[in-house]
Amino acid sequence: MSELTLTVMRLGFLAVLWLFVIVAVQVIRSDLFGTRVTQRGSRRGGGESRPQRAQAQAAPPQQRQQQTGGRRADRRADRGRRGAPTKLVVSEGSLAGTTVALQGQTISLGRAHDSTIVLDDDYASSRHARIYPDRDGQWIVEDLGSTNGTYLDRTRLTTPTPIPLGAPIRIGKTVIELRK
Amino acid sequence: MSAMPSMPSSAGSNTTATTTISTVGPPSRRNTELALLAFAVILPCFAYANVGLALNGEMPSGMLGYGLGLGLLGGVGHLVVRKFAKYADPLLLPLATLLNGLGLVMIWRLDQSERLARLAKAQGFTFQPSAPNQLMFSALGIALFVAVVIFLKDHRILQRYTYISMVVALVLLVAPVFFPGKFGAKIWIVIPGLGSIQPGEFAKIILAIFFAGYLMVKRDALALASRRFMGLYLPRGRDLGPIVAVWALSLVILVFETDLGSSLLFFGMFVVMLYVATERTSWIVFGLLMSAGGAAVVGSVEPHVKVRVMAWLHPFAVYDNPRPSWATTEQIAQALFAFGSGGVFGTGWGQGASDLIQFAANSDFIFASYGEELGLAGAMAILLIYGLIVERGVRTALAARDPFGKLLATGLSAAFGIQVFVVAGGVMGLIPLTGMTMPFLAAGGSSVIANWALLAILIKISDTARRPAPAPAPSPDAEMTQVVRP
Repeated sequence: MSELTLTVMRLGFLAVLWLFVIVAVQVIRSDLFGTRVTQRGSRRGGGESRPQRAQAQAAPPQQRQQQTGGRRADRRADRGRRGAPTKLVVSEGSLAGTTVALQGQTISLGRAHDSTIVLDDDYASSRHARIYPDRDGQWIVEDLGSTNGTYLDRTRLTTPTPIPLGAPIRIGKTVIELRK
Repeated sequence: MSAMPSMPSSAGSNTTATTTISTVGPPSRRNTELALLAFAVILPCFAYANVGLALNGEMPSGMLGYGLGLGLLGGVGHLVVRKFAKYADPLLLPLATLLNGLGLVMIWRLDQSERLARLAKAQGFTFQPSAPNQLMFSALGIALFVAVVIFLKDHRILQRYTYISMVVALVLLVAPVFFPGKFGAKIWIVIPGLGSIQPGEFAKIILAIFFAGYLMVKRDALALASRRFMGLYLPRGRDLGPIVAVWALSLVILVFETDLGSSLLFFGMFVVMLYVATERTSWIVFGLLMSAGGAAVVGSVEPHVKVRVMAWLHPFAVYDNPRPSWATTEQIAQALFAFGSGGVFGTGWGQGASDLIQFAANSDFIFASYGEELGLAGAMAILLIYGLIVERGVRTALAARDPFGKLLATGLSAAFGIQVFVVAGGVMGLIPLTGMTMPFLAAGGSSVIANWALLAILIKISDTARRPAPAPAPSPDAEMTQVVRP
């Protein structure tokens, strides 16, 4: 065997070996294990992943929720209109401190497991209320025929009602408000 | 979650079937594994052809057999994982197969060495090629891998056997004391007529199970009951019990079996798991101090360990004139020569002279053989592959949902990593040489079989960790809403 062939094979083998290592590392990078990938996927999966994500948020410690919510809200704020609310904050009740970024999706509230915000509240119905943007981007709250009713400030809701910034929405023992 | 569309999804069949509204399950990534596995089988075949061309100038005759054998082993492993551990990590199996395949090639290459054959003849042995044995052991390893993946339905079952595994591990560790030592270390159980096994390799897995089960129960006591002193959390005296016990055990191994490697491995694994379980840095500090103290005392007292330390400090003393009495083997010096003559890109497959390391060139010193024939570039790639296996193990531990699985995965990958460090460090002269083998690469039945079992447990844990959670029970919906009475 000529010297040249052997040298080519020697270096070729090393190249292929390193290629394997690089391919393996690429597999890890694109591995769905990582959460970074999910966050980078901006609006595309946002609407669908919303319910899942909020459910996951209901359990872990509050700091993390605020971090992720806050970060998303920051990014959102650049795009959103001036004066429009960017996040929904639970200010009282067992979920106090939870924030959900408003990204144009409908937020359902209730004890049902597929709600965006799963209320752990004896006085909430399984499908209690929903909050959604109308065509102008104004956020509306609607009671979904709950047992104990949904209150905006002091008044019990009967029809879908626009939500002023910072007005408390009371559901059982839970109080929610929209903030910038 | 569902940033799926942007991903080059490997599990096409999974994702296309579901509609866009429902949430898409995580891809199983089995096809990625298959592709990498094919790569991992082709690579050793290439190396094999390379050896044949360099040594004899023709394609080696047994190439088809070894290539098919390795492919068959990997294929069986893959099919079983596809069926029984669908969501397992896609990298572990291909990486291990590649290492096993490369190990087979190097062992076969050293079988061709005339120098080793002459040496064996001069010493009165008949020279036996190790590659067929190694292939058989790999097959046994894959068989154990398959058995573990199929029959271990849930790794949490192992938790039930916490204290039984402690007893079994102790028996395995102590047993070699009653058998004659080989090459200076008593780490073998000799079964007449069948050969010998190295129980330490299996004890490593079983001890990890015990540590994980024990620490899961005791970690709160170990983590919370402590006093603060000079920025460190000092544990209470009675909580020091377990670490002292394991330390004493590893010292006993060191003294009676003169095996530095196992001793380092078990103690290191325990300290890592203790740290992971309690998040207390003080355990690491204690562990390092205790192992340094213990090693210093034993290294200066126990004669066999002393010889190893001397050989580590003065590797070339064997060539001195007059030769010191403790310098009996030139293996370490030859291993260092091998790394040196390999240089950056190596001498090429089959063209090195690593058979000068004599009979251990394909077992304990196999890493030096790679260092010579593949050079720094190849040795680094191999170390990276080991690193990737450890990384996947730790990633599995992060993803695991139950504390026992987390601790077990951490312990197993730590043991794997420490073993690689101890062997590679010993061969390169960083630490005293020990009687352990490179996982998957080196010739040696116990090592290959035990490490395939270790890999199977990791694969099982990662499968459980990545498997989508079952639908939550609708309990809160079922309860009646309480009515507010005005």
